[in-house]
Amino acid sequence: MSVLSVRDLNVTYTTKGGDVPAVRGVSFDIEKGRVLGLAGESGCGKSTIAGAILRLHSPQTKIEGTVLLDGQDVLALSPGKLRAARWTGASIVFQGALHALNPVQRIGVQIAEAIRVHGMAGEREAFVRAGALVEQVGLPSRRIDDYPHELSGGQKQRVMIAMALACNPSLVIADEPTTALDVMVQAQVLQLLRSLQHDLGLAMLFITHDLSVLVEVSDDLAIMYAGRIVEEGPAERVFRSPVHPYTKALAAAFPEIGDVRFRGQPSGLGGDPPDPQLIPSGCPFHPRCAEVTEVCPTIDPELWRAGEGRTAACVHAEGAPVFEGVQR
Amino acid sequence: MSDAVVDAGLVNYGVPVIEVDDLEVNFAGRVGMIAGLMGKKGADAKAVDGVSLTLHEGEVLALAGESGCGKTTAARAMMGLLRPDRGQIRFRGTPLQSSARGLQPYRRQVQMVFQDPTASLNPRQTIYEIVAEGLRIHKIHNGPGGESEDELVARALSRAGLRPPERFYLLYPHELSGGQRQRVVIAGALVLDPTVIVADEPVSNLDASVRGEILALLMKLRRELHISILIVTHDLGLAWTVADRVAVMYLGRIVEIGPAEEVLQRPRHPYTKALLNVVPEAGGADRPILTGEPPDPTRIPAGCRFHPRCPAVVSGRAAELGIESKCRGEDLPLLQAAPEHEAACHLVPLELAP
Repeated sequence: MSVLSVRDLNVTYTTKGGDVPAVRGVSFDIEKGRVLGLAGESGCGKSTIAGAILRLHSPQTKIEGTVLLDGQDVLALSPGKLRAARWTGASIVFQGALHALNPVQRIGVQIAEAIRVHGMAGEREAFVRAGALVEQVGLPSRRIDDYPHELSGGQKQRVMIAMALACNPSLVIADEPTTALDVMVQAQVLQLLRSLQHDLGLAMLFITHDLSVLVEVSDDLAIMYAGRIVEEGPAERVFRSPVHPYTKALAAAFPEIGDVRFRGQPSGLGGDPPDPQLIPSGCPFHPRCAEVTEVCPTIDPELWRAGEGRTAACVHAEGAPVFEGVQR
Repeated sequence: MSDAVVDAGLVNYGVPVIEVDDLEVNFAGRVGMIAGLMGKKGADAKAVDGVSLTLHEGEVLALAGESGCGKTTAARAMMGLLRPDRGQIRFRGTPLQSSARGLQPYRRQVQMVFQDPTASLNPRQTIYEIVAEGLRIHKIHNGPGGESEDELVARALSRAGLRPPERFYLLYPHELSGGQRQRVVIAGALVLDPTVIVADEPVSNLDASVRGEILALLMKLRRELHISILIVTHDLGLAWTVADRVAVMYLGRIVEIGPAEEVLQRPRHPYTKALLNVVPEAGGADRPILTGEPPDPTRIPAGCRFHPRCPAVVSGRAAELGIESKCRGEDLPLLQAAPEHEAACHLVPLELAP
């Protein structure tokens, strides 16, 4: 059984300006001990998915589909069960975590609180566990007596990771966990996340716009565009030989040093990501696509087979039905 | 010079446009209110501590390093936005004057593009007013060929890729996407016909797919208008894509400089190697990473300023080679490692030896 199984997830924000479909029919699974990287630009719906898995959205937000976490349907849980599922079933490490710590409480108190509230341990034990967790994320255990302002950005992010692990969750969602950090510190935090994930056998959903970070930490990659997954497969192969033209453009934005194809040749994508309220007809990517065909404005592509263990929502994918005028 | 030659990065450096000599910028130390009342003073932060640099005509130079290394401060001093505590900046051979009036002609020639286009555009001005503002500040009523203000604004917008320009005149910044806003910022720079553009992290606030377009635009300006570009960035992959030369800064100094191919593929300074190690890449899981936090510019270590974090010193390799005492005690300038390639490391002379 997968740790996380998402089926036909639709998330629609209701606003004064009308409904905004942010996630439109997304399905994926994450097995124990695996890392799925979810990539895409701002507004593509990737963080909305993270919020939906833990039901963090406001009650006005419409969520449809199923989210099975350790076999339980999160979307159908009672408020009490939901509270238990948060932190113990799945926890989340945010980008804004640098501001998520309470500035007037020692960090040990904050970590211990999460453990106590979920009934994992009594007060004294919770403190002992807080110290052990802080050590596990690479800080001396005496730092539990520090206030957040005494820690650097990287250290605060380590504390947030310790909190995320406090209740032994089976899934950790990391939403842009290193974006606000400096390059050297980012590398340290990534190394920590990877080794914890490996040692504890966690399932992890890793969300970022930075494809080069994702390909390093993930086993599998899912690329999102306009609320949908448009390509999925083993991380390195998706990054190195992308099938979907959007993935190609995104991968080109993160050139590898030494790759002469990119030397002096920055390449980008014309146009801008679509407004979720005005999603183009057919393939939502067709107005910006370098390989657009006549049929693309009319065909809504599904995730067709695109090589061993891979899928892509593009008429050029090998498993796509035959369309007139489309060459493969 | 053909495009192919430019693309291979084999640029014959043109004449120097901006020359920086031994630049130093200090920020006064800060202490708490009580300590301040008691007459205590904090240590000054040496944000830029002896930087020398030449930007040539038509060149793209990347100034790279971690946050706090002084790259932005150096760029700002080069723009005349900060008064250096020491050193000289020359524009086409003439030293910069420090008075606001003396700087004005220079400021017209050297334009800046910042990281966050939303913050650099006045939300209550139309795009036309934003782009025309530079002309008005510099009291330019007509272009060199007698063009009207309207024509100059239109030309700048279309050079920045906003076409047809008239369509953008009456729009406000919030009506544009992030990429378009950065193009407006660039148009505002181009309208003054600058010789140099200093771009401080010009794409790090933009979506990944839009970044390439903005970088391609900068490359086009260099190619077609022969503008020199100084790009301040933390992203070495970006430097690989656009820069002819790369300068790596650490704690207020340039520790390595040279052609991009050299610095990024055959780095000589252990700090550059460490920075390259942390560029994320597929399969790069088990590489060594420097521990510790970015260092403190109020307490610059003696000797080579990198020695407390240097893998060669920490691993004992420097001791084996008999240079450890030099690393700990002798500050050093940039040493030539290869043609056009310099690094401030005591290992460089040893590695040159046969």
